[in-house]
Amino acid sequence: MQLTVRFFALYRERAGRSAATVETPAGATVADLVGLVRQQFPRLAPPEVQIVVAVNEEYAEPDTALHPGDEICLIPPVSGG
Amino acid sequence: MQGMIEITRQPLNPEEVTDLVRQDYNGAVVTFLGTTRDFSEGKAVVHLEYEAYESMAVKKLEEICQELRAEFGVADVAIAHRIGPVDIGQISLVVAVASPHRKEAFLACHEAVNRLKEIVPIWKKEVFADGAHWVACADHEFAPGAGIPAAASDD
Repeated sequence: MQLTVRFFALYRERAGRSAATVETPAGATVADLVGLVRQQFPRLAPPEVQIVVAVNEEYAEPDTALHPGDEICLIPPVSGG
Repeated sequence: MQGMIEITRQPLNPEEVTDLVRQDYNGAVVTFLGTTRDFSEGKAVVHLEYEAYESMAVKKLEEICQELRAEFGVADVAIAHRIGPVDIGQISLVVAVASPHRKEAFLACHEAVNRLKEIVPIWKKEVFADGAHWVACADHEFAPGAGIPAAASDD
């Protein structure tokens, strides 16, 4: 299935864009997707960093299953205030 | 300002945000201002840039209001966050909390700011004369020789 991933802040700058389309197997999880995104954009984060993902405006666990049409965003460490 | 939560590119007006929580049954109003500092990690900051995942940020700020209600019994909370470029010495955040007595208002206001910095998808970039960095992203620096060309580094 085809999923759209949005990037913010540090990830947006490192990806050089604010969104990307990723082709994943049906039933892919957040962890699967992050792996594919990291292949496509190896400079997003060092390998030891766990990338935080929001699905439909909620923080998601690595084993969360994804569905077509999900709003998926990669969330770098937050620093509001 | 529409409602009790706002993310805006416009300058913030603390009085306007504070007025939203004032009720005759409240005897205490605590308003916190976050302001942009001119120095960070030993370097002069020229200006700041804020970015938000706006729809989720609003949702998370509303969640914080629910948490404050459950934890402190505080019903009147208004939060405004500025995004986009912000000069030094400007107000980037206003949190106003009102309650019948002062203790809950102080505690809830403190907790609101703490939670905002933990869970709300808003990012702050400090711009220096000779570069810039996203705050709290030090763990995202690539180690030298980590297989990423130095010329490709953003920082």
